[in-house]
Amino acid sequence: MSANGQASFVDVRNVSKRFGDLEVLKHVSLDVAEHNVVCLIGASGSGKSTLLRCINLLEQVDEGSIVVDGQEVTDGSIDVNALRRKIGIVFQAYNLFPHMTVLDNVTLAPRKVRRARQREARDTALELLQRIGLADKADEFPDRLSGGQQQRVAIVRALAMEPKLMLLDEITSALDPQLVSEVLSLVRELAETGMTMVIATHEMSFAKEVADKVCFLDAGVICEEGHPAQIFSEPREPRTREFLARVIEAGRM
Amino acid sequence: MHQVITTFLSPHDFRVALPNVWAGFQVNLKLMVVAEALVLVLALAIAVIRGLPGRGARPLRALMIVYTDFFRGTPLILVAFVVGFGMPALNIGLVNNRSNFTYGVIALTLVYTAYVTEVYRAGIESVHPSQRMAARSLGLNYAQSMRYVVIPQAVRRVIPPLLNDFIGLQKDTALVSVIGVAEAALQSQGYSQTYANFTSYTVAAVFFVLLTIPLARFTDHLILVRERRERATAV
Repeated sequence: MSANGQASFVDVRNVSKRFGDLEVLKHVSLDVAEHNVVCLIGASGSGKSTLLRCINLLEQVDEGSIVVDGQEVTDGSIDVNALRRKIGIVFQAYNLFPHMTVLDNVTLAPRKVRRARQREARDTALELLQRIGLADKADEFPDRLSGGQQQRVAIVRALAMEPKLMLLDEITSALDPQLVSEVLSLVRELAETGMTMVIATHEMSFAKEVADKVCFLDAGVICEEGHPAQIFSEPREPRTREFLARVIEAGRM
Repeated sequence: MHQVITTFLSPHDFRVALPNVWAGFQVNLKLMVVAEALVLVLALAIAVIRGLPGRGARPLRALMIVYTDFFRGTPLILVAFVVGFGMPALNIGLVNNRSNFTYGVIALTLVYTAYVTEVYRAGIESVHPSQRMAARSLGLNYAQSMRYVVIPQAVRRVIPPLLNDFIGLQKDTALVSVIGVAEAALQSQGYSQTYANFTSYTVAAVFFVLLTIPLARFTDHLILVRERRERATAV
């Protein structure tokens, strides 16, 4: 159960993950209630991305368990592809398929994984692209789009599978500052529709505004978690305070 | 000088040798097309098998490594001898009674598949892991992400080196003359032995060069187009 009494949609229990000698996650536990937005903040290398990747099994955990939508994903016998169908993930580097048009990028998974009909997949994709104002780019290749446009297409590509959970891995970190807001406003809209999301981000003011809960990761440990108002205005842990002070100093809040 | 011209460049002999050498060259063309088609398909299959993940696929991967190591290291002429003279000696219905043309195709395919496998493999490895990760995270399984995401990108990237190997194959079709395939080199040899004049070889050389030049220029063109494209997208 999560703090506010709702059954948790994502339940990370005591997860550890090592890459060789490096312990990236140390006994991390995290609850995400349905329709909630959880933001992971912390320095680069603190384990935010790894935690996201463990949730959709792009990485295997070494210890602990993760339950998503009542299904234990860390159970070795799970159908990985079925699990990933309900979890969308968006990466820092967009990772669009450069040899396919924008439309094909969006329809590939619905057609091949969900076996949607060509026509139906196309209509859905165009509708989604319309919503983000990129319907006229449907037949372009990704390299003709700006970074912000590419990232929005990547979000829509994940949404086309109608996921129940979205994982966003520092999706604005590779963008020019003036392109950040168009991506964030799309994420904001998603949050308003009630999408459950776990977001690793360096955008503190965005986290403050959109998150139901903020977790501060430091060296593979969730050092402090709580309501954004509390974390950002009266952090309890000295390390959180130190981190936020540095963020403010860098002018990122 | 005069002697050089009459021996290698005699217009008379050129005309007389032309029909036979041309007939032979058509065999080269057929060898090339059939072998290349087989090579492109088999080499891709082997490259994919060599990249299969997991312990279960280990014996398969090992087998493919042995195959490519062996045939990349063995001179085509040896393979041609073994296939062309050895296979007929086998008492196996499927392989002992084929035409020399078929043995020629088998020898060329065995050797060039080994080369081209490496080309494909380099292409597959050049596709950034994040592409595979993106495909898998959308729910595509291993085979689907290879089929729709990795291989199409890999093949596009290796088209120029593939064409280079194709040029090599074109020329090497002449080597299977050693097992009696009546292709251009063998026809030229027949003429030169009958008339004590080597112009027939020149005729064959002209055919090969005429075929190779357009392919070489086309390869250059593709490389140039790609360089331009990459420069345009580099930010």
